[in-house]
Amino acid sequence: MITELNAILTIAFRDLTKLLRDRARIAANFIFPTIFIGILGTSLQSNLSNQLPYNFLTFVFTGVVGQTLFQSTASGIISLVEDRQTDFAQELFISPISRYSIVIGKILGETLVSFVQVFGVILFALVFRVPLDLMALLRLFPFFVAISFFGGAFGLMVMANLSEQRSANQIFPFLLFPQYFLAGVFNPIQNLPLPLTIASRLAPMTYAIDLVRSVYYANSPQKPYTTLFPPFLNLAVVTVFFVIFISIGTYLFVRNEKNR
Amino acid sequence: MSTNSFHIIEVIGLTKRYRKASINAVDNVSFYVEEGSFFSLLGPNGAGKTTTISILTTILSKTFGSVTLAGYDIDHQAAQVRKNIGVIFQNPSLDRNLTAEENIRFHANLYGLYPYRPTFSTMPSPYQKRVTQLAQVLGLHHDIHKSVKTLSGGMKRKLEIIRSLMHHPKILFLDEPTTGLDPISRANLWQYLQQVKQKEKITIFLTTHYLEEAENSDYICIINQGKLAHKGTPQEIKDALLGRYIELNSSHRLKLQQELQSLNFKFTGSGPFRLYLYHHNPQKIIHQITTPLNHLKIIDPTLEQAYVKIINQDTAHNSHPTT
Repeated sequence: MITELNAILTIAFRDLTKLLRDRARIAANFIFPTIFIGILGTSLQSNLSNQLPYNFLTFVFTGVVGQTLFQSTASGIISLVEDRQTDFAQELFISPISRYSIVIGKILGETLVSFVQVFGVILFALVFRVPLDLMALLRLFPFFVAISFFGGAFGLMVMANLSEQRSANQIFPFLLFPQYFLAGVFNPIQNLPLPLTIASRLAPMTYAIDLVRSVYYANSPQKPYTTLFPPFLNLAVVTVFFVIFISIGTYLFVRNEKNR
Repeated sequence: MSTNSFHIIEVIGLTKRYRKASINAVDNVSFYVEEGSFFSLLGPNGAGKTTTISILTTILSKTFGSVTLAGYDIDHQAAQVRKNIGVIFQNPSLDRNLTAEENIRFHANLYGLYPYRPTFSTMPSPYQKRVTQLAQVLGLHHDIHKSVKTLSGGMKRKLEIIRSLMHHPKILFLDEPTTGLDPISRANLWQYLQQVKQKEKITIFLTTHYLEEAENSDYICIINQGKLAHKGTPQEIKDALLGRYIELNSSHRLKLQQELQSLNFKFTGSGPFRLYLYHHNPQKIIHQITTPLNHLKIIDPTLEQAYVKIINQDTAHNSHPTT
């Protein structure tokens, strides 16, 4: 057990080390917050604030936090495909640790990476004076892990059936981009036409975003306008789907790795 | 556990057919490897060498057959197999984002040798000593903390050897380890591997298409088009297929020919004459010849000649199989 934990930490910190040495990647992490919060959020806040009972910039900020955690871990797991192509995965797969440890180590590593990125989002929000409730923000921190792990498990399910980095790079945006809108990263989704409501409830990112908002706005009068479900329901969905995705995803990934 | 402790690798009826393939990449291959020996799997490109080694090292599933390594079955005891093997892959498997030492530390942590620590200086001193010692032996001590991106191909290979030996495996697998290296790097690498084999008392399993690398092995299996074409020690393979022979000639060619016939020696050619030795002592044969000679050579065929003959014969047989 200790060997497995040791291996998980080793794999996890490798990913963090890679990020901290990649200055271009760190700089690129500020692009999404700049676009979503700085440009889109500010523009919508300026034009819609009179019609909304909540601050739209804060609303977008909470969406971007959830999106960053979910997407960063999900897309980080895709790097296992790159590892397989560059043969580094062989070093992982001939080691005597369990395949679940490899996957969990990878998800933990990308979770640490996503925390660095979310720190950048929060810093950006503070610099651009987005109205924030710091106590509510602190309440969110324990849930960051759940959302990141959920995103990682989702990424694993997607990646398990891909053999090339190029395929992953092509397919992944099609799976993520619609979810930005269906999950309400920067648009309210309380009232949608039935087909979109169904699609929204089927999108995994919906529950990640709503978990962030349901915790952030828990004690706020704006809760009915900004959240879909109670925090415990979001957490339950996230947990159940994490277990399902990681079980099936690991099985498929290992099977496809060996059964060529 | 296998009842035969001397066979550290046992392969019986190994067959592999890739998905959507119409032929077997490895077809009913059987062999064993004795503990402490140097075993070579020789064959041309596409013969099935990498497929075989991938199955033995548990990264690829087999279709049929049974394989045990160090007494453990690869299907049901994969974790125990992995603890006992070190692998140097055909393509370098280093993380280019890390330094040389970080790659070694990653491996050591993954195999549970030492607890995780974020830096070299915080690792236990036995680890630091072992890494420093191995780096000095391989001439990497000045580069051990440099990024892998800055290392040459030969240095990367040495780094992979250091890494694969950290957990003291019983078997070291090398899949065409010198591909892409210049002759000096290759020679250095082989020199080090010989030292490693003696010092670590390790079994070496090599796949290669370089004959000179297989020449020094204890046992060779030649694989072609997925099937075992021949096996034996390098000398057995050469003797079985080509054999040593004496080449001789004389200015009195006719007299020499008559003398060879009278001594009942089987020979070919009409001058120079070729006498196959078939385990006979060449000195005894030469002593019986009284005709003055102007040309005398004892020819030891090379493994390359035997190998080319095997592959050509085998390929011809597979193209036109007789029933």
